[in-house]
Amino acid sequence: MEELKKTVEALIFVSETPLSAKKMAELFEDASERDILEAARELADDYERRGGGLCLVEVGGGFQFRTIDSAAPWIQKLRGGKPASLSRAALETLAVVAYRQPVLKSEIERVRGVDVSAALKGLLEKNLVRIMGRKDVAGRPIIYGTTKRFLEVFGLRDLSELPTLREMKELTGEEGEGLE
Amino acid sequence: MKEGVPRLRLTRLARVWSVPCIMDYRIKLDVFEGPLDLLLYLIRKNEIDIYDIPISLITEQYISYLDAMKSLNLDLAGEYLVLAATLLHIKSRMLLPVSEEIDEEEEDPRADLVRQLLEYQAFKEAAIDLDRRKMLDRDVFTRREACDHAVEAPEGPVREIGVFELVKAFQKVMSGLPTADLNLDISADSMSLSQRISEVLDLLNERKSLTFEELLGEEGDRRVLVYTFLALLELMKMRVARAFQQGPYETIRIWLAVELEGGDADWKN
Repeated sequence: MEELKKTVEALIFVSETPLSAKKMAELFEDASERDILEAARELADDYERRGGGLCLVEVGGGFQFRTIDSAAPWIQKLRGGKPASLSRAALETLAVVAYRQPVLKSEIERVRGVDVSAALKGLLEKNLVRIMGRKDVAGRPIIYGTTKRFLEVFGLRDLSELPTLREMKELTGEEGEGLE
Repeated sequence: MKEGVPRLRLTRLARVWSVPCIMDYRIKLDVFEGPLDLLLYLIRKNEIDIYDIPISLITEQYISYLDAMKSLNLDLAGEYLVLAATLLHIKSRMLLPVSEEIDEEEEDPRADLVRQLLEYQAFKEAAIDLDRRKMLDRDVFTRREACDHAVEAPEGPVREIGVFELVKAFQKVMSGLPTADLNLDISADSMSLSQRISEVLDLLNERKSLTFEELLGEEGDRRVLVYTFLALLELMKMRVARAFQQGPYETIRIWLAVELEGGDADWKN
């Protein structure tokens, strides 16, 4: 196990994107995906116990080393430029896409009560939102959803990790109405 | 923005613009994310029960905000006016005498609006929650340099080209086709644009970039060509694909402008 942990640590370190246990499992002959998942999670615990400047997180279906958030101001200085941020319009639009996907632009506009063209365009360019296809109705409107990058940016393992919408219980009959 | 987003509202902006005094406070109007946001703000400010909105009061306040916006020459988006009309409509319905014949099923005229407000509020909070998460490249960082995940435009002295150059290139391809292949067979259309878009997307996703000729391919069928070209134009309009050229008469290359996840491009209904 200790040997496996070391190798897994090295693999995650060199990977540019979150590395999934499944992908790592393909590299080993004598370790199953389950073993690797276990090793990686133990490793994450080790890092947490150590309380250093790095942590091992599970995001977007894989594992990735990240810095602790308290180091952010210095890292920003080191890297220069302004930190990534999203406007309220972008965040609200993103929230609707995340919770309602697959979703049409008209549905997002109905929820937000404003035109969302600019916000959507920005989110597409930032690769947080993607086009999932087109709906087979008149005008063939575009269907939007979130990307894997969205999970990475917001530190989510998968979409099910999004907190449940508050108030949702009071909106009975409203869910999923967008794409019937 | 990270903490207390909704409290941005009261501002010092009044010193810059002489905002007409409404109800004893001054506001920066453009911080509202739209009519629903403004309405929610008024409801909260008046400490009103969202399930029992005094329509008359709220309509009055809402409209005075719109007046203030107008007097500031702010662009008043049409959406604000639509909601004003909705409010007035609800108000008028509230004034109608309730019919004696027990129409028990008749809904409160405010019900739709309340649902909409609650729904919007839920997403507004979800947006704030998202913003509070540890965001990559803002709060937490990875080993690699912060880089946009979008596929970069190719290196070298290339320039992005627009629709007109593409149309020209397309005409060239079309004129190269033998006219004999004019197909008069009016068969049921077996191809759809959305399908072609998906196919082009898949192709781009696989290869990252294609030349214009590669994209239009060896297929000599005019209809396929036209569909492919329309698909390309659509993708460029959506900013999913971009076209580059090193100079006049050079090869045109189509690049994928965003990163896609495999397999989902043909999601249908």
